[in-house]
Amino acid sequence: MSAIYKRDFRSYFNSPIGYAVLAAFMFFSGIFFYVQCLYMGSAAMSSVFQSMFFIVLFVIPLITMKSFADDRRNKTDQALLTAPVSIPAIVAAKFLAALSVFALCLCSFLIEGLVLSFMAKPDWSVIIGNIFGMLIMGSSFVAMGIFVSSLTESSIVAAIVSFVINVLLSLLDTIGYTVHWDWLTSIINALSFQGKYNDFSLGMISLGNVVFFLSVTCLFLFLTDRVVERRRWA
Amino acid sequence: MIKVKNLTKYYVRNKALDNVSFSLNEGEILGFLGPNGAGKSTTMNIITGYLSGDGGSVEIDGVDILENPMQAKKKIGYLPEIPPLYNDMTVREYLEFMFRLKKVRKPMKEHINSICEKVKISDVRERVIKHLSKGYRQRVGLAQALLGDPPVLVLDEPTVGLDPQQIIEIRRLIRDLGKQHTIILSSHLLSEVQAVCDKIVIINNGKIVADELTASLTGTGASTEKLRLTIEGRRQQVHSMLQKIDGVTAVTDLGEAEKGCYEFTVDSRRDVRRLIFRAFAKTDFTILQMSPVEFSLEDTYLGIITGKNDTKEAPSDVSNL
Repeated sequence: MSAIYKRDFRSYFNSPIGYAVLAAFMFFSGIFFYVQCLYMGSAAMSSVFQSMFFIVLFVIPLITMKSFADDRRNKTDQALLTAPVSIPAIVAAKFLAALSVFALCLCSFLIEGLVLSFMAKPDWSVIIGNIFGMLIMGSSFVAMGIFVSSLTESSIVAAIVSFVINVLLSLLDTIGYTVHWDWLTSIINALSFQGKYNDFSLGMISLGNVVFFLSVTCLFLFLTDRVVERRRWA
Repeated sequence: MIKVKNLTKYYVRNKALDNVSFSLNEGEILGFLGPNGAGKSTTMNIITGYLSGDGGSVEIDGVDILENPMQAKKKIGYLPEIPPLYNDMTVREYLEFMFRLKKVRKPMKEHINSICEKVKISDVRERVIKHLSKGYRQRVGLAQALLGDPPVLVLDEPTVGLDPQQIIEIRRLIRDLGKQHTIILSSHLLSEVQAVCDKIVIINNGKIVADELTASLTGTGASTEKLRLTIEGRRQQVHSMLQKIDGVTAVTDLGEAEKGCYEFTVDSRRDVRRLIFRAFAKTDFTILQMSPVEFSLEDTYLGIITGKNDTKEAPSDVSNL
């Protein structure tokens, strides 16, 4: 399992993808940080994290798109599946590799916190809490992206489908406002990612939200395992 | 060493494999022969645990691949039709990755180096796989299969797409490997299987149509029961003389070969070469050529694939077509 994790993680940086993702993430977080903290003269980073929600939606599909799709297209899945490694271990390794790249992106917030500390006293508990929250939410998106990637041989298709799903999920709140049936609104709100994430960004880490994101992660990793296993029977 | 029993596999509604069974003893090289799409790759993918069959069982060295896949997979080195290479890695990185993936318990550097020597890729070890030629890619794929010295090697069309020089090298290598490993090798080339394997399984449309030792398969029909003759003389007379010889069942006139010389084939129940010689020695007609028509594996194969199991009826000179 560690072999697959290392290979996958390194492969992000054997191609421009890893660097592009990192650069894009840091570019946008830098802009938001400049506008909302430095320019406004505020040491509160919560609004930066809230703005980054949409960037995360677009960045994660780029990280996960190649995960299983490329292995299938290049037939390297034959090497993985005929090696003495279980399918859950393969799925877990690929998930962790993608999540690690995302975690690397999140390091940009630490740099920004450091910059802030020269001028003011940043609230480190909020920053760390936010990074943790974003990582937890990101793990759900990564799991979904990997699931989509396992469905296709084309990484482009995987990326586009993941984008669409992520954008739809983020629109859930907007849809929630327009619906007038209470029961439907409550279902939509229960599924909403952004609402739960905003709680995080305000510094509220509720157990319920953490459990929600972890459950989504586990669900999609399980589904990925099923898809890969099912293909052996098709 | 390898026991495949009643393997059946459906792709949606198409029956890809139909009750495929064969077995293989330690140290044997089995040639898996069949036209494209016959089910060779499917069978190999099931043996190695990449696919699951819909019925039947595969046993590797006493371990069932379905019941104990981890244990069974450790015993197999697999080179699929398209070598499973990561293009963005160097050869050394890739082999180290596969070494770890297969959980090989040997000193890594020495083991990889010795395999690189064996398949002759030492000089490209630091090159990125993307830039390698087809022949080298195939060899890196083979190196990957050899990692950990698994007792069983499964090689799916190992020589496809290589130039003649490389084909000869790879075949020699496989024969060498056969001394220490039990090998299943698939091919749609008969000459290859004839050259390398001890045993042949012919598969067509998902069914096994022949399962024999190479020697006995080649030997089928290789008798003097059919002769080809070139005789100088009067056509009609020669024809009737041949027919009168004791034991001859049929004479076919193939036409004029050169001026005044005619070609015939003679079918007979037994060896009639001596009788023919003596008969013609008494006349002015000269036998310019007399040779038994040999059935090669090719004939047997084509005979089997086209559904004519009686090898004697198989077209005898397909190889010239």
